[in-house]
Amino acid sequence: MHAVTDKPPGWLGRSVERLEDAALLTGAGRFVDDIAPPPGTLAAAILRSPRAHARIGAIAIDAARRLPGVAAILTGADVAAMSAPLAAGIKAPLECWPIAIDRARYVGEPVAVVVASDRYIAEDALDLIAVSYEPLPAVVDPIAAMQPTATLLHDKLGANIASDRSFCYGDPAAQFAAAATRIAVSVRYPRNSCTPIETYGVIAEYAASDDAYDVTANFMGPLSMHPVMARALRVPGNRLRLRTPPDSGGSFGVKQGLVPYIVLIALAARLAGRPVKWIEDRLEHLSASVSATNRVTKLAAAVDADGRVRALDWDQIEDVGAHLRAPEPAALYRMHGNLTGAYDIRHVCVRNRVVLTNKTPSGLNRGFGGPQVYFALERLMQRIARELGLDPLDVIRRNLVPTGAFPYRTATGGLLDSGDYAGAIERAVAQGTLAELRARRVNARGQGRLYGIGYAAVVEPSISNMGYITTVLTAQERARAGPKNGAFATATVAFDPLGCVSVQIASTPQGQGHRTVAAQVVADVFGLAPADVRVLGELDTARDAWSIASGNYSSRFAGAVAGAVHLAAQRLAAKLKRAAATQLNVAPDDVVFAGARAQARDNRDNAMAFSRLAAATHWSPGLMDAGDHALRETVFWTPPELAAPSDADAVNSSLCHGFIFDFCGIEIDRVTGAVRVDKYVTMHDCGRVLHPGMVAGQITGGFAHALGAALYEEFAYAPDGSFLSGTFADYLVPTAMEIPQPLMLHMETPSPFTPLGAKGVGEGNCMSTPVCIANAAADALGVDQVELPLLPARLAAHFHPREEFPKGTTAATAVAIGARQGDGAMTLHGRGVVEIARVPQDVWAMLLDAKTLAAIIPGAGAIEKLSETHFRVDVTLGVGPVRGDGHALVL
Amino acid sequence: MPRLSADRQHSVRFELNGREVEAQAEPRMLLSDFLRHVLAMTGTHVGCEHGVCGACTVEIDGMAARACLTLAVQVEGARVRTVEALAPGPGRLSILQEAFRRHHGLQCGFCTPGILMSLDIFLRAHPAPSEIDIREYLSGHLCRCTGYAPIVAAALDAAEKLREADIIG
Ligand code: FES
Ligand code: FES
Repeated sequence: MHAVTDKPPGWLGRSVERLEDAALLTGAGRFVDDIAPPPGTLAAAILRSPRAHARIGAIAIDAARRLPGVAAILTGADVAAMSAPLAAGIKAPLECWPIAIDRARYVGEPVAVVVASDRYIAEDALDLIAVSYEPLPAVVDPIAAMQPTATLLHDKLGANIASDRSFCYGDPAAQFAAAATRIAVSVRYPRNSCTPIETYGVIAEYAASDDAYDVTANFMGPLSMHPVMARALRVPGNRLRLRTPPDSGGSFGVKQGLVPYIVLIALAARLAGRPVKWIEDRLEHLSASVSATNRVTKLAAAVDADGRVRALDWDQIEDVGAHLRAPEPAALYRMHGNLTGAYDIRHVCVRNRVVLTNKTPSGLNRGFGGPQVYFALERLMQRIARELGLDPLDVIRRNLVPTGAFPYRTATGGLLDSGDYAGAIERAVAQGTLAELRARRVNARGQGRLYGIGYAAVVEPSISNMGYITTVLTAQERARAGPKNGAFATATVAFDPLGCVSVQIASTPQGQGHRTVAAQVVADVFGLAPADVRVLGELDTARDAWSIASGNYSSRFAGAVAGAVHLAAQRLAAKLKRAAATQLNVAPDDVVFAGARAQARDNRDNAMAFSRLAAATHWSPGLMDAGDHALRETVFWTPPELAAPSDADAVNSSLCHGFIFDFCGIEIDRVTGAVRVDKYVTMHDCGRVLHPGMVAGQITGGFAHALGAALYEEFAYAPDGSFLSGTFADYLVPTAMEIPQPLMLHMETPSPFTPLGAKGVGEGNCMSTPVCIANAAADALGVDQVELPLLPARLAAHFHPREEFPKGTTAATAVAIGARQGDGAMTLHGRGVVEIARVPQDVWAMLLDAKTLAAIIPGAGAIEKLSETHFRVDVTLGVGPVRGDGHALVL
Repeated sequence: MPRLSADRQHSVRFELNGREVEAQAEPRMLLSDFLRHVLAMTGTHVGCEHGVCGACTVEIDGMAARACLTLAVQVEGARVRTVEALAPGPGRLSILQEAFRRHHGLQCGFCTPGILMSLDIFLRAHPAPSEIDIREYLSGHLCRCTGYAPIVAAALDAAEKLREADIIG
């Protein structure tokens, strides 16, 4: 049974105004590019590979070095001499460096770093560096990359497959043999990213006297990356001081990807002998910061005739891009404990492969592994309904983990902490008026419109087990390395000599309002107002309490960090109550904190000011028993439920599991193929809600990301590995015009495993919404296969006949500007057909004449005849205020 | 218009948030960099430097403009307002800013200064906008945190409160 939480009187559970907002609304925020760097700080700019795959020959830096204002230039050779590769999560002969060393493996990979007196000069200097690239064939598609003939990214690995593991839970083979039918889907999840509006920023200093680095970056954790960076910099952990600025402009996982840049800029500072600051620009961010993994999944179910699923067979091929960058391949294992989603399925087999391709390395991104898993699982549930002629909602209902079965141990080792999935669905169906939506579909279809309804039921994991990633290792490898598990959350609460309360948290907030919620938690414990409590969200690894799990990911704040704050405040409260008991002459249990006072439970007049009590330990330590001083408490909290993976590879990958049930109605325009979301209902159970306004914000924000992923956003690559989405005009982020308002519904089933009963809520819609909309599109079109993003052209292909070139043009001259396939340069692609009323011989003669060629190529400058049929032409092209120079090879 | 030479610093004089300011800039310096790094007005943010995200939006002579697509030297003699000018006084918030706080119209706050500037200008000219007016106008801004719903709610609420204040005032 689910229990609806009684809201205790107090600040928690109320949408109080955020303590963060006054500064942010007046332009007084302190983001990484706003804080004054140390005097003498220089600016860095990064030269990046224009090619997807190439051997790097000479890097000529002399001209750049001579430019006035340039202080230092760092290349791969310097980095190799000064540092070590970034450690990876698996044992394989792979080296991951923060810069290309001898070989570039993706467009945008750093090749050199210029340090100069300001960013303008640093960028000028980039233009003066000449790099000789020897192109190699590029491989972009993960399936192609697995072929034995594919070009190798990392020669020592001998293949492009970095890991291949198979798992078996229960007896799936027997279930597949016994079941009425086997139903399978084969899906591809595309590359995308949540692209925070603030890009990466790093300020680094190196003190040669101490051999120590001091770095400020808008990094979001996890702090398990701190030892990775310290090792790469070849310093002990206590000589890498990492700090975060007070404010950060969004992250959504993406600012985990700062790790290689922190190392790179730290090395640049060391080489330059001066502090160095680097602020990433948007092109750099889109092309080379980090991306969610694209994944190819085959998922099969052993199904009974009534739609009951007996077993699942997963085959996941994860494309991590050009390097396996820690903590990857975590995205492939984050969902391992809940690969059965919201369903009671006891038999599962899994094959997980990690593949390298010539694309940007992958990393954390909102939903991390969830969008990929649920796109397959919930497309499969819809397919089962379609093939068996059942209602998709009935198939979902029939397979749910039963109410009353919680905590429920999944086949793969997850422990679903609490929930009432069936109850949540029935409420959503009623409150979201599904019946009315179904009538709308009947009506629309009656008019010949393309209208569909989609569903998705999703378990949203939060508070990651730091050991889940070791599931990628074999049991023997894990035994050798020692167990890894847990998820330490830390918080410090302290009183100053005026009895005022300060809190420090290591959750590196990136806009979610952690400071406000921490203040609510503490205010409730001490009977104060949130505004009385000062909360510091910035982190300093040299001074603050932190551990490897610290940071802002896996939606861990509400469940873990707010819980740790609560525990720390309670410890202090217990001590204060003992001190107050002596002064008020009552038992400690009869002391209550309310209205900024400590008072006797039965006699409110027997009271003292809270601040006086809290200050007392500073001024009169004799009032308290030795060792019982209430000055400051730090709590390290880790839940016992997060054990290391078992020898049989069962893993409880996350502590909490919220539940989401979504349904939507969409219409596809019969002419353009554009999707209009007519209605979207999203039901959430994220345990106890600490701040309804922030929970709503997480849902509308996550929904917007998910809608972008469903309909618009994709990091697109040409077959030769060139990157096609380098601006916000190419990578389409939805605006206020594209995002409809979802109907948000809630219920609260507290988690028994977190101090406050809260679970995470930040990522769920990124898991549920893309597949819910895709299911609706498949329903509208009556097709089996839909591909994300649901671009109008892709959808229109289902109902418009293929367009053919009109007859008679096939013999015309086709002109294509672009590079050879596999060349991998950053190229401009164009295609066009022009009819010329001359005999072919004349046309060839014209085209092979250098002068004529120069005259007909727009913007052509110098032209060089390489052979009878090859020309190299310098071209200048401009679009609006943007102008670019390049060269074209005309063959 | 004076001729500027590319390799020299030029003096730029203009009115910034009601005060005369003067500082040096190379002709190629962006207004966004000039405001932030030369004049230390870091409230104006930079999210893309190619005119799409809207984070850098400021008011130039009464019009909303992208500071990242404007050169510093272009504001010579102009009146420029930035987010730092919106609050009526230290420790206070404008009606629009208050509405954003009430409706949780911001999370990270990085897009917020640009959105506030746009809406401040828009609501002056359109005191009674519909939701669709606001959404259409806001489509020149990207926000990755909020999903826009609370921003739209804040803008509608602010418009109403501004109308009331107008009637009373
Ligand atoms: S920074 Fe100017 S529009 Fe994005
Ligand atoms: S509040 Fe973060 S981008 Fe808008």
